[in-house]
Amino acid sequence: MDQTGVAVTSSQEIGLRSDQEIVRLRQLVRDQAVAQGFSLVDQTKFVTAASELARNTLIYGGGGDAQLSTLVNGMRKGLRLRFIDQGAGIADIERALQDGFTSGSGLGLGLGGARRLSDEFEIQSEPGKGTTVTITKWKLR
Amino acid sequence: MNQPKGAALVEVLARHRDTLLTDWMNQHLSIALRRGLTTEAEMADQFRSFLNVFVDTLTRADTLDGNRPEWEPVRAYLAEISTHRARQGFTPAETATFVFSLKQPLYARLREAFGNQPAELADTSWSVNMLLDALGIYTTEVFQRSREAIILRQQEELLELSTPVVQLWEGILALPLIGTLDSARTQVVMESLLQKIVETGAAIAIIDITGVPTVDTLVAQHLLKTVAAARLMGADCIISGIRPQIAQTIVHLGVDLTNVTTKSTLADAFIIALQRSGSSIDNVTRLQN
Amino acid sequence: MDRIPILRLGDCLIVAIQVDMHDRLALALQDDLTARIVKDSAKGVLIDISSLDIVDSFIGRMISNTAAMATVLDAQTVVVGMQPSVAITLVELGLTLDGVRTALNVERGMALLKQRRR
Repeated sequence: MDQTGVAVTSSQEIGLRSDQEIVRLRQLVRDQAVAQGFSLVDQTKFVTAASELARNTLIYGGGGDAQLSTLVNGMRKGLRLRFIDQGAGIADIERALQDGFTSGSGLGLGLGGARRLSDEFEIQSEPGKGTTVTITKWKLR
Repeated sequence: MNQPKGAALVEVLARHRDTLLTDWMNQHLSIALRRGLTTEAEMADQFRSFLNVFVDTLTRADTLDGNRPEWEPVRAYLAEISTHRARQGFTPAETATFVFSLKQPLYARLREAFGNQPAELADTSWSVNMLLDALGIYTTEVFQRSREAIILRQQEELLELSTPVVQLWEGILALPLIGTLDSARTQVVMESLLQKIVETGAAIAIIDITGVPTVDTLVAQHLLKTVAAARLMGADCIISGIRPQIAQTIVHLGVDLTNVTTKSTLADAFIIALQRSGSSIDNVTRLQN
Repeated sequence: MDRIPILRLGDCLIVAIQVDMHDRLALALQDDLTARIVKDSAKGVLIDISSLDIVDSFIGRMISNTAAMATVLDAQTVVVGMQPSVAITLVELGLTLDGVRTALNVERGMALLKQRRR
């Protein structure tokens, strides 16, 4: 258990080293979101957020891994995705989170967008030390 | 099991399981069947199953703290019957009593086992008391949450019935919103409007807020997001029924309505919608004659 | 790599995206469409996304870019069939698909393309 009351009920690792793997991740996340009982809109939002972050990991992180976990907190069910890469890292996270910020093409839209589409969002990044982004979404009812 | 109290308890339960079950059932069955909400067979099954998972967990766990993860199997079973009973119409007290009524028969057996060891008896009885209290309280918590879930679901159904999307004309939908809008309700309603747009192929949707007394930032944002989403899909929205107070609120909140067509009445919005879809009131009159 | 088929109806090109495209496939589609507009002197492009239950910023940008290039080549683009949950998600994502006309279905989309020719 990492937070009071939140328990991880299953976990799987997915490599992100090609754009086909981004597609595979989308499908896996979609399947789990359906299994956890998310509404169609919430499924779509979370899978889209996953797609954005997966692409960031591939393109800006030089490839990495995703950890998909199913969560339970009392009667609530949820999904958590953690993206880890050993890439260049982000120097100015605040700026990167603002839409429109580009350090190549479209990095900003992905991060800020993924945050808006998720219930919880965490990012750790340092130049030269890679990046870890974690998003969580809960089924409300 | 390395806890002395626990070991003694397990032994007592193992030796007297059947008589314990009978006593417990006698204690509680009449109460459970009083309102005719369940059958003796179902109750007998619940008693037996609970005792099984209780003894099983007791044997394996090395703690008598009912809130610890080791007791999850028992809590899971209690959650199951608590939810089931909530649906059957039992009160939370009745379900908690299901657990509490085990105390009496259990104490009786402990008194027999520890007859000449008052200190151990008091100690073990106290632990049992705490354990069953924790489990009984857990049933009320689960009960509460499942009632809340039922109420929420009923509210949603009521919501769908009370905000019907109306087809005013071919290709023109109207969504008259009535009452105070909260964020959750607005989202549900907006999603169903977009769904109706796809189903009917309507290119214009009029969202009428005449019946909405106040609009806050969140609701205004949801309205705007819905308009934007409809536009992305290929349909247009007109917002009608904006009363002076709401207009003021919207301006004060800094909400940007420059890209949205707004009309003060549903009738005006309908005329605009007809014009946009290639019809007009003249055509309509002529068609009727 | 399989490519997404592009059909021709009169002077319009029609493409129905029915698979979850990986990035390279999306870029290939963009290239193919542009090439076909020139080759067939197409005046309209209709992109049917009614089977897509995900449109992320990459696909969104691919669609915007395609429309922009079509305009340069004197062709109009219409995107049809966007699912409600996709639309809601795109709004939340902040993707506006500026410069892209949309319609509810293929029929409306084709009508729009014919209309704009006048």
